[in-house]
Amino acid sequence: MESISIEGTSKTPTVNLNPDTGVIEIKGRSIPENSIEFYRPIVEWLDEYAKNPQKKTTVNVQLEYFNTSSSKCILDIFKKLESLKKARNEIIINWYYEEDDEDMLEAGEDYESIIRVPFKMIEIVE
Amino acid sequence: MNFSVNDCYTQMNLGDVILAYKGNISSDLITNVLEVIDAKLEDLVIKKSSKKKLYNVLVESLQNLYHHIDDLPDSYNGTFDVHFGIFVISVVDDYYKVSTGNFIRNNKVEGLKERLDKIKSMTKEELKELYKYILNNQEFSKKGGGGLGLIDMAKRTNGRIEYNFKEYNNEFSFFNLDVYV
Repeated sequence: MESISIEGTSKTPTVNLNPDTGVIEIKGRSIPENSIEFYRPIVEWLDEYAKNPQKKTTVNVQLEYFNTSSSKCILDIFKKLESLKKARNEIIINWYYEEDDEDMLEAGEDYESIIRVPFKMIEIVE
Repeated sequence: MNFSVNDCYTQMNLGDVILAYKGNISSDLITNVLEVIDAKLEDLVIKKSSKKKLYNVLVESLQNLYHHIDDLPDSYNGTFDVHFGIFVISVVDDYYKVSTGNFIRNNKVEGLKERLDKIKSMTKEELKELYKYILNNQEFSKKGGGGLGLIDMAKRTNGRIEYNFKEYNNEFSFFNLDVYV
């Protein structure tokens, strides 16, 4: 299975999906007008990955901004991870937020409460 | 009183304006505006978390415009771009005010009013629950909108949202939305 590596832009995040290490990274800004198009290959990759996952999958989400259009797509990703966990795989989700950014911390807590996989909340101090 | 877009734009431009725009609301325009604002925010002496709040509200209000603009009244066809909207960012008292304006068909006005009044009346906790409910239970439209923009802005600003509708003719009204960050 292939890795996916997408470079970030001013409206879309940097994405790295590595099937060999089981590390999934989403970083930067996710504010496109239509997020569905952007996230489709990522969700499809996760479907493929779920067929033969690593024992341990680590997910690093470090978003500076995301819009409501992205929020649903991000939830779709987390739901794929929830299924992976239900299939008895180890999942680590690291949710990074900048110091004082309570909105971003809250967003992480909201996702955590919807999918019922514990998040590790990591504050980035400058 | 007769409604005129130019009067409305002038009215919206009162106060300490950071950025004002009137015209076609395209994806590229939004990208450009956000880049300009990004640079301007660097210079503002406010907490980083406040800058992020302002930026987030700006993204949602511009993209709300982008997704929901209706066509134009006939009398403005040819005068304005088809995807016509107005937005102004200004400083009013202790707040940043993000204003948007666009034409809306009269048959949508009542529904939107009800929705706005409901959102304005909700507590932060209620908004959070509603946001989560819609996120988890409703399909998004093909355009990628989820009807979450208004709720998100209300959540981030503790409901500091004002609106008004000015009837233009028997088909269209002009919708003005102000969010105070």
